[in-house]
Amino acid sequence: MDAALSVQNLRAYYVTDYYGVRREVRAVDDITLSVEKNEIYGIAGESSCGKSTFIKTVAAAIRPPLRVLGGSIKYSFLERDLYDLDEKTLADIRWKHLSFIPQGSMNVLNPVRRIRESFQDFAFPHMRLGRSEFFDVVNQRLERLHLSPSILTAFPHELSGGMRQRVAIALATVCRPEFIIADEPTTALDVVVQKDVLALTLETQREIGSSMIFVTHDLTVHANISNRLGIMYAGRLIEEGLTRDVFRNPMHPYTQHLVASLPQIGDLTPKTALSGAPPSLAQPPSGCRFHPRCPLATDICRQTNPELITVVPGRRVACYAVMPSPEARAMTNDKFQPS
Amino acid sequence: MNPLLSVEHVTRTYTRGGILGRIEFSAVDDVSFSLEAARPEIFAIIGESGSGKTTLARMILHTEKPSGGVIRFLGTEVSKLRGRRQRLQFMQKVQPIFQNPAEAFNPLKRVDRYLYASAYYFAGRRSREGREAAADEALKKVGLSLVEVKGRFPHELSGGQLQRTAIARALISSPALIVADEPVSMVDASLRMSIVNLFKTLRDDLKVSIVYITHDLATAYYISDRVLILQKGKVVETGPAQEVLSNPQHPYTIRLREAILSLDDVDNVQAGSSQ
Repeated sequence: MDAALSVQNLRAYYVTDYYGVRREVRAVDDITLSVEKNEIYGIAGESSCGKSTFIKTVAAAIRPPLRVLGGSIKYSFLERDLYDLDEKTLADIRWKHLSFIPQGSMNVLNPVRRIRESFQDFAFPHMRLGRSEFFDVVNQRLERLHLSPSILTAFPHELSGGMRQRVAIALATVCRPEFIIADEPTTALDVVVQKDVLALTLETQREIGSSMIFVTHDLTVHANISNRLGIMYAGRLIEEGLTRDVFRNPMHPYTQHLVASLPQIGDLTPKTALSGAPPSLAQPPSGCRFHPRCPLATDICRQTNPELITVVPGRRVACYAVMPSPEARAMTNDKFQPS
Repeated sequence: MNPLLSVEHVTRTYTRGGILGRIEFSAVDDVSFSLEAARPEIFAIIGESGSGKTTLARMILHTEKPSGGVIRFLGTEVSKLRGRRQRLQFMQKVQPIFQNPAEAFNPLKRVDRYLYASAYYFAGRRSREGREAAADEALKKVGLSLVEVKGRFPHELSGGQLQRTAIARALISSPALIVADEPVSMVDASLRMSIVNLFKTLRDDLKVSIVYITHDLATAYYISDRVLILQKGKVVETGPAQEVLSNPQHPYTIRLREAILSLDDVDNVQAGSSQ
């Protein structure tokens, strides 16, 4: 297995226990996936579907009340499970091996410190370089992102939104990490800037050869950057496959709806919207969590939850209405012999 | 015959800096367009951030005064409105919808009080029953009902429900014009089309004209009748939506059009990264 990241049966809940009232919010419920080397794995889903919680868990950035209740997370650059490590080792791997491009870079860069100081705060301790060598590396990185080194003396408010987002990318990639997690890096930007930032993200990823998890709710962005795409709904992964296949032939009813409702220039056919609202994760519906909004729901969907199964090689779907092909069924049987 | 809304050579300049080294810049520069009263339509104003589209909306809503030019609503000049009565009359006919429904409502107040207040001031419903009836009627038009919203705080409703409540609030006074400032950019993908389709219904069934401000060319193409493209406060192109967006003429519009991510690129991405 040369997966850069493999996540097995991960469960992370927000658990609160006040005055004897126990509440659980199942934000990440039994997710299994793996990200190959040099791959951009896209995760799509609407707000409150658990995608941010998933990222936090994978980045080992959890705080109570969020708790990991089960499952394992393995990175190729670590010998042990992420949650078996002590704080010091975690601090060492962060930024050097595992870095993060956050959403809304205005909130990330310290508003009262110059960009130069942000670079020092974030990356300098991890690089083991002298100060002047460190800034040589930083300048190179900024140049690759078409930023002039003079912005190092600027404060975040002096830069435009697109420039700030590029600074955030430079910060995240200056240590040439093996794994990058990008959380909606383009959502706050407008169309023209968005395209540039995406192209630069892709270029940077190719150049340093890292693997990447790219999260956004915007499917058109996924169509332009992700190699493989996983769709999340209410804390679960419901469909996964090559981005092209997911777009050309969506199988889960939710994905079908998402793809069909994308407005496109040159296409005036009426687009329908799903009825209902995303479910609350504190009281998720029984069975398949999509069944209250699903046009194909039957009795079994209301009672039991469909497993995420391999339907055709390289393609997993969690839906009772989708039947696996014979060869996929044979493969599944080989792979998951009782262990 | 007065047009519903006419914007004539409107300019808004802001000044920056102190007494020395004063810099003037125009957020909106000589913009003109008009909407017919007889033919309700969805009029899209498209531009990047900083192109002046929100300033223009604020001027139409009479929360900002133009530095030059005239905005007329049904023949009366908007900046000449004086006194509470005239303002209320104007607000009854022109209603706003804002970008982020979570920020538009005060998180410490119940959502329904906004509906009641609108019914009280703009629909003349003085009794409690009357206000509730008006709120329920407006909520039904957007696919909700008072039972779902009554007594709820903003955090108890989903983003789509909140945005639809905001639209319902705007509908209580039966306005002739709705100014919607990026109404879908903060709403989830699966709910976005329900809001966009709702605007179509408002135009076709309730005969409301809508000024739809957005940077999303794809939804603008899908719902609007005419578009106006703003660059740095200046109008660079205007005309029927389908014509302008499928066959843009101005270099800036072409650039915007090219910046849209297309689903057809999905094959190229796969091919490029497989090595």
